[in-house]
Amino acid sequence: MSEHNTPLIQVKHLKKYFPAGRKEVVKAIDDISFDIYERETVGLVGESGCGKTTTGRINLVLYDKTDGQVLYRGQDVHQMSRAERYRFKKNAQIVFQDPYSSLDPRMTVADIIGEGIDVHHLAANKRERLEKIYSYLRAVGLNESHASRFVHEFSGGQRQRIGIARALAVEPEFIMLDEPISALDVSIQAQVVNLLIRLQREKGLTYLFVAHDLAMVKHISDRIVVMYLGTVVETAASDALYGKPMHPYTQSLIAAVPIPDPEKERRRSEETIQGEATIAGATQGCRFRTRCKYATEACAREMPSLREVEPGHFVACHNLDQVGR
Amino acid sequence: MDNLLEIKGLRVSYHTYQGEVQSVRGVDLEIGQEESVALVGESGCGKSVTGKSILRLIQAPGEILPGSQITFDGRDVLSLSKKELRAYRGGQASIIFQDALAALNPTMTVGRQIMENLLYHRKIGKREARAEAIRLLGEVGIPNPEKRVDQYPHEFSGGMRQRVMIAIAFACQPQLLIADEPTTALDVTIQAQIIKLLKQLQRENHTSILMITHDLGVVASIAQRIFVMYSGVIVERGSSDDIFYRPRHPYTRALLQAVPRMDQEGKQELNSIEGTPPDLIAPPEGCPFASRCKYAMPVCARLAPEVTDFGGGHRCACWLYHEMAPRVAELNDPDAAPAGEEVGQ
Ligand SMILES: Nc1ncnc2c1ncn2[C@@H]1O[C@H](COP(=O)(O)OP(=O)(O)OP(=O)(O)O)[C@@H](O)[C@H]1O
Ligand SMILES: Nc1ncnc2c1ncn2[C@@H]1O[C@H](COP(=O)(O)OP(=O)(O)OP(=O)(O)O)[C@@H](O)[C@H]1O
Ligand SMILES: [Mg+2]
Ligand SMILES: [Mg+2]
Repeated sequence: MSEHNTPLIQVKHLKKYFPAGRKEVVKAIDDISFDIYERETVGLVGESGCGKTTTGRINLVLYDKTDGQVLYRGQDVHQMSRAERYRFKKNAQIVFQDPYSSLDPRMTVADIIGEGIDVHHLAANKRERLEKIYSYLRAVGLNESHASRFVHEFSGGQRQRIGIARALAVEPEFIMLDEPISALDVSIQAQVVNLLIRLQREKGLTYLFVAHDLAMVKHISDRIVVMYLGTVVETAASDALYGKPMHPYTQSLIAAVPIPDPEKERRRSEETIQGEATIAGATQGCRFRTRCKYATEACAREMPSLREVEPGHFVACHNLDQVGR
Repeated sequence: MDNLLEIKGLRVSYHTYQGEVQSVRGVDLEIGQEESVALVGESGCGKSVTGKSILRLIQAPGEILPGSQITFDGRDVLSLSKKELRAYRGGQASIIFQDALAALNPTMTVGRQIMENLLYHRKIGKREARAEAIRLLGEVGIPNPEKRVDQYPHEFSGGMRQRVMIAIAFACQPQLLIADEPTTALDVTIQAQIIKLLKQLQRENHTSILMITHDLGVVASIAQRIFVMYSGVIVERGSSDDIFYRPRHPYTRALLQAVPRMDQEGKQELNSIEGTPPDLIAPPEGCPFASRCKYAMPVCARLAPEVTDFGGGHRCACWLYHEMAPRVAELNDPDAAPAGEEVGQ
């Protein structure tokens, strides 16, 4: 990782609280910090509702923050001038988790993809514009005949790919990919992921990749950040994280991956599925402790902070010496 | 045993400006009582359209073409009256839509949406319905359900919305549950919990499940039988073991091989299937997979393949199994099947 030593994005002590009913708040993100280096893919994983989408949206200034900072090339993204914001909007793109509601139903696919090309003047003339649109459609496994259709005419996976083509068309430096391939079958997943990896090599793109498919995250990511209920519990290089997961939550996450083999699934012990996803509203101490079999008194008292346990491998846990590896 | 659902020769087309999109082109599928069946296949091949057809949810410009047959519990679904249809949908058969946000009403709290379904299909009072809604939210793993019940869909995360959809579908304890990619947005621990819940629902209420998904791991953990769809037709069907250990169709095989493995190091290229599926406005006359199939013969492009029966309900539509066709060792040898050591832990 020595080749890229300037972080493209720095997330510093970021917090986001949403109001929920009278006087109450949902602490969607509660003091998280991590860096994303240039030309790197950071995988962001964690349980549904742990704050992944919120983190990505704040990074792209689609949400305000409650506290903390997000720096892009050293500059606070929430304090940009109008001109800086315009440039940032070209450089940083997002592929939304929910493809249908994020694509304008009144626009044709050609115009959805072409919009960014127009706004940022990326095509010299109409022909070049159309050629670009076609080439992005083909790159995500769609074709020219799809260009004049409307979003509701597409299947779930096809819509997801339109979202990816739209983001790529702006020729960004950084893309936040929020579950970009969840609705795709394995073959097209492979095609899209191969495309992302190739573009990264050729154009030096940087990705923040949110997904729940751990095999895919491992495949595409250089480093992985594991979140649990608004906090970061572990971060490490991808191979290190899978080879030697240290946080009890990460361990249970990896153990729960379903295996595409009915025989193995039948033999799978119920053990791995334990740790019910019912989360008590822990406000103090480690947020995972209610489901953790290693939890001690200390875990209820104090929130563990991230410690570098091995070079580049950070874990937030009080009982690392107890946790079986 | 009588089947709960029987589909015969289902054809569905969308009449668009550019022509007739033939989304489903003659699908036969049946689901037994208390059975879990999975429908898998490439993005855009017609899985959701098939699922929606079962509940007659195809809207114009789409049309279920004449000659199609759908029988539920002995009744002809395609000739149900409006009133019968209302009791059927959500009551006897319900669907978890693929697009959770678009399917939820943004102006109504999540609790109201679950309650509405309960009040309509079950004879219970308002207070009871609310308690039941809270219980269901808890079951699908939503934290603090007593508070969350009064929130709106946009206040939920993507996976939480998907789980709200699951709670709504569970609410009426249907005989048939069509789950269209129900766990796509869910992480593995919650996915495991939802699958457990589906199995429990099946045991306790004798529900049959049609699981539409591309996730072969999920399929392996829940389905008794699998239908593999490609470009609007079923290309292979069989027991879960048949499909995973003895796949016959070259598409099924390629699908199993494209799964990424947890034991792979670094960013290598994944196996993808070269090429794209055919345009459904002008589908090919022969086998739809022919243009991407590495075993394709001249006949494949010209004539729709005959179905070969391998016994025990394992059937495959492919010319390679015709008695005149050359034998392809890797497709005939069960030991060369791709499952097994594919994904090591
Ligand atoms: N606009 C909002 N208003 C209120 N609460 C919100 C809002 N957006 C998100 N939340 C809450 O913040 C928390 C984190 O949500 P977020 O969407 O970031 O989760 P996520 O990690 O992306 O989950 P998933 O994997 O299910 O998509 C959740 O509890 C969610 O209900
Ligand atoms: N309203 C519509 N108008 C025109 N074409 C449509 C419409 N709805 C679906 N289609 C087409 O029908 C085909 C089948 O769509 P369907 O939604 O069933 O795919 P799917 O197998 O569920 O795919 P995915 O896995 O991506 O969800 C697709 O090629 C799609 O483009
Ligand atoms: Mg999300
Ligand atoms: Mg679909």
